[in-house]
Amino acid sequence: MKNVEASVTGSAAAAILAAGLGCLALGLTTTMAEAIPAVNEALVFSTAVGALSGKTTVALIFWIMGWVALDVKWKNAPKDVHKVFLGSLLLIFFGFLGTFPLFFELF
Amino acid sequence: MSLSFRELGAAFHGMVLGTIYLLLFSGVIFALWNLKPGWSSENATRIQVKALKIGSSIMAVATWLTVITGTYIVYPWYRAKPPEGITDLADYPRYYLLANSNLAGWHKFGMEWKEHIAWLAPILATAVAVIIVRHGSKLVAEEKIRTALIGMITIAFGVVGIAALLGAFITKAAPIH
Repeated sequence: MKNVEASVTGSAAAAILAAGLGCLALGLTTTMAEAIPAVNEALVFSTAVGALSGKTTVALIFWIMGWVALDVKWKNAPKDVHKVFLGSLLLIFFGFLGTFPLFFELF
Repeated sequence: MSLSFRELGAAFHGMVLGTIYLLLFSGVIFALWNLKPGWSSENATRIQVKALKIGSSIMAVATWLTVITGTYIVYPWYRAKPPEGITDLADYPRYYLLANSNLAGWHKFGMEWKEHIAWLAPILATAVAVIIVRHGSKLVAEEKIRTALIGMITIAFGVVGIAALLGAFITKAAPIH
């Protein structure tokens, strides 16, 4: 029973924190593309879509990689999901901020 | 009374897929909220968990389809560059908005925010769906996880709401024909 509980909280915590990391990655790619023209150009994976294609693709790759790594590390370990969720909320907030035009246009 | 292919595409992206997401959101929130120990019989809980798994999965798929169609089908129509010498920009919404100082904010703020923020939703919705599908009825005993899931879906709902609202206003200012 102990192992079952541990695996539930561990893998759920991994998914929750990884989602926060994915949101943060999107905010970072958005802000970096705005701040550094070379990054913006490099992120044009599709000419029809522009740099948005690269920003989102890179963020999704970071999210999936982070999720896999955290899941492997945490799946059998009991985690305090409440604390992990609060940490994820902080990451989501910074991701949200990074996608906000009045913020990323400062750079 | 007719709709062009592009108008249909934009309507499918915003009104069909977006509406599916918004409808499922309320059902998933309600089911998660009621997934508490002792609130339902074992049989009812089993049915509720099955509905949650299906509902959250469709919600996640709808969110992905919404952002993918928006980014790779509708957005290229919106940002298409007009050929040299064109003075009527009605078929080029991005350039039409930027050419009018009273409307430019809809692109510079509205579309710039919408195109990015919308991508937060599938990340959050997928995490929620995977946790529900993976752990199912074990979540009945996991109040902290259920609270986190409700929080994440609510944030995703807010994000979709912002993107949808901006999309509606931008379409009103500069429709895709």
